[in-house]
Amino acid sequence: MKNISSQSVLLTTSEIPLYAANKRSKPPVSNGVIGMLIFLVTEAMFFAALISAHMVIRAGLTEWPPWGQPRLAIETTALNSLVLLVSALLMGYSRRLLQQDKISSGRRWFGISILFGIFFLLSQGYEWVQLLEFGLTLSSSVYGGLFYLIIGAHAFHVIGALSVLIYAWNRLGSSKNPITPEAVFPLQILWYFVVCIWPVLYVLVYLS
Amino acid sequence: MSQSTSAVATDTHAEHHEELSFLYKYILPIDHKIIAMQYIFTGMIMAIVGGYFAYAFRMQLAFPGDLVPLYGLVGPGEYNMLVTNHGTIMIFWVAMPVLIAGFGNYLIPLMIGCDDMVFPRLNRLSYQIFLVSALVLILSFFVKGGGFGGAWTAYPPLSSVAEYSLTDWGASLWLLAVALEFISFLLGGINFVTTAMNARAPGMKMLDIPIAVWFIVVAVILFMASVGPLVAGAVMLFMDQRVGTTFFLPSAGGDPLLWEHLFWFFGHPEVYVVLLPTMGIVAEIITVFSRKKLFGYRTVLYTAFATGGLSFVVWAHHQFIAGIDPRMANVFTVTTVLISIPLAEMMFSYIATLYGGSIELKTPMLWALSFLAAFLIGGVTGIYLGASAMDVYFHDSYFVLAHFHYTFFPITIIGMFAALTYWFPKMFGRMMNETLGKIHFWGTFIPFNCIFLPLFFLGLAGQHRRIYNYDHFPDLATQELQDIRVFATYSLIVMIFFQLIFVYNFFHSMFKGEKATENPWKSNTLEWTTLSPPPHGNFKVLPTVYRGPYEYSVPGRDEDYWPQNEAPKKS
Ligand code: HEM
Ligand SMILES: [Cu+2]
Repeated sequence: MKNISSQSVLLTTSEIPLYAANKRSKPPVSNGVIGMLIFLVTEAMFFAALISAHMVIRAGLTEWPPWGQPRLAIETTALNSLVLLVSALLMGYSRRLLQQDKISSGRRWFGISILFGIFFLLSQGYEWVQLLEFGLTLSSSVYGGLFYLIIGAHAFHVIGALSVLIYAWNRLGSSKNPITPEAVFPLQILWYFVVCIWPVLYVLVYLS
Repeated sequence: MSQSTSAVATDTHAEHHEELSFLYKYILPIDHKIIAMQYIFTGMIMAIVGGYFAYAFRMQLAFPGDLVPLYGLVGPGEYNMLVTNHGTIMIFWVAMPVLIAGFGNYLIPLMIGCDDMVFPRLNRLSYQIFLVSALVLILSFFVKGGGFGGAWTAYPPLSSVAEYSLTDWGASLWLLAVALEFISFLLGGINFVTTAMNARAPGMKMLDIPIAVWFIVVAVILFMASVGPLVAGAVMLFMDQRVGTTFFLPSAGGDPLLWEHLFWFFGHPEVYVVLLPTMGIVAEIITVFSRKKLFGYRTVLYTAFATGGLSFVVWAHHQFIAGIDPRMANVFTVTTVLISIPLAEMMFSYIATLYGGSIELKTPMLWALSFLAAFLIGGVTGIYLGASAMDVYFHDSYFVLAHFHYTFFPITIIGMFAALTYWFPKMFGRMMNETLGKIHFWGTFIPFNCIFLPLFFLGLAGQHRRIYNYDHFPDLATQELQDIRVFATYSLIVMIFFQLIFVYNFFHSMFKGEKATENPWKSNTLEWTTLSPPPHGNFKVLPTVYRGPYEYSVPGRDEDYWPQNEAPKKS
């Protein structure tokens, strides 16, 4: 087992160096990217189902939001959404740098992008605390249930994506156990997805 | 797999030369062939559990209220639990793991000529999650209140409110098991598609890929695209059960129909997810045993794409009388009838393949042909059900039940036996006994028809599904109908006995069977060009492909087959 390649992020590499061993031509799209894209098809359908659930349940009720339930913080969250979008732009910038082999500056912007993501997560968490205080809970109404379901599902994705990004960021710089920019790319795609789905959810949950 | 394996492994994979310890070889393997066996054996064990449940509730239907030998009393709640978990197990823990995960894992790398899946560790993780999911399901039978009994479709509020289902934890564990299982197949699916796209042997173009691999890949894509909504629904149902949300509770603003849509949006593509792998397996077998080129390779492929696409727009044919808009029912009737066109075309291609071939009725071929015959009945009755005007009467009757058993039984059980008997020489390096194989075939296929054909008539006579004792319904408790039920149950018992022959044949041949050559069936595809069983790393020299997989009986050649990797003669 000892010769299995050092890169072991589940999706980013093939552990058995197939191409090298067999002199096959390198495929046009790397394994990691294809794997991630297929995964994102499922993810997109998952969110599509949540969105349609929201629309179906809402269409069946006359009063929305229901009486006595707190209103959501539209403006703060809008600003917060901007932070998240900036994070994706920074991630794209870092990808450019990494591609040009500027590992250390690429890694720096990678880290800053992660920080923006963390900021988004924390301020959303703060909003949740306030909403809970105002009496919006999972079981206070189907409105509350949908809010925590959809925004929570997104938060869950943010947490997951940030964790793997931090892990990758760490290994990008490590000297013992480094990871190539190519291996990081699928995770960056994941981050783009998580960011891009957010405006849709924002419009659905906060504005409609 | 001892000395020859390590010898070969040495010169192919310089880096894999060490003999793996037992732990890493069989318990925590990354070799796709071992993982495939894990899936297949787990699936076969679950099939025994599912079959045992079927035995118990069929006995209750034939002899209501009597003690069932080797089981005990089947009360109403018990009956619901048995049918629910029978269905769940057979679809999610037998059909999916054996046909897709098991044979997908075994065949994809071998048939496309590479040494393993591109994400071997993801593959191993996928099986581990699958195993946990099976254990969670089994655990759910033993918690307080017993296993879940709200049908494999788990319609709320019955499934979401503990006071209704009476299986507080059984329902949640059932849901958890299903969700875990989906995660496992999601990981496996990512692997399958990526491998088939990126790791093919040099020279293997898109249209040189064997249909079996193509169909598994299409099935996986269908699965990946349809499972998201069900996972979302499962999360919502789980929250309804455990944290007091009301997504599906009409009294508190929720919508129970929403679950039905989410479930069937997945549920209908799912039937093609399990159908396509078997269709692919059958394509391999009928070409080999009729020594003919597959009739219309492209047509077959494109019909699969068309079926897959259409399968996303037919789901509401399961809900014609669930309170959906009648205008919507018209739309879904049309799409449902449309989807049978590509499927029929595929069937015709297969039949045309057989036409004029030199057919050899070896056991795998018997299974493959019986699949086509039985599935035909399943498909045709589906069209009756798709017509909403008729389905209003048929819905939730034994007609539906007979319909889908004429699809699922051929797909799952016949497909599994077809694949096992065909690839057995490759998997275990020995031949199965033909005579026993044929006895087992007839002992399974005839009783299968005796069980399920009569159920069409019960359905037409108005017998509703999911009722544990028809004595309470005078119109259905007549002697004639009861005779049919008894006949079906006896047929099931006969079928179960014949499975013992298979078990004997399987294990006896595995250790004592005649040694298999590399290519006992004279087949073209790449898995037959390596040793039986293939070593770790699969091929001595990774193959190069020169032609499509179905070049049988090509004029002007001495042999009637032409392996994909045989280099053309220089002229
Ligand atoms: C030509 C193809 C098919 C058509 C037109 C078709 C049509 C239908 C329709 C309309 C129903 C709903 C009946 C009702 O509940 O009232 C139904 C039920 C069902 N079909 Fe099919 N079907 C086809 C193929 C298949 C295949 C290939 C499978 C399985 C692999 C399958 C499995 C099922 C199952 C499991 C149900 C019952 C689900 C339940 O209520 O528990 N069908 N089919
Ligand atoms: Cu359907």
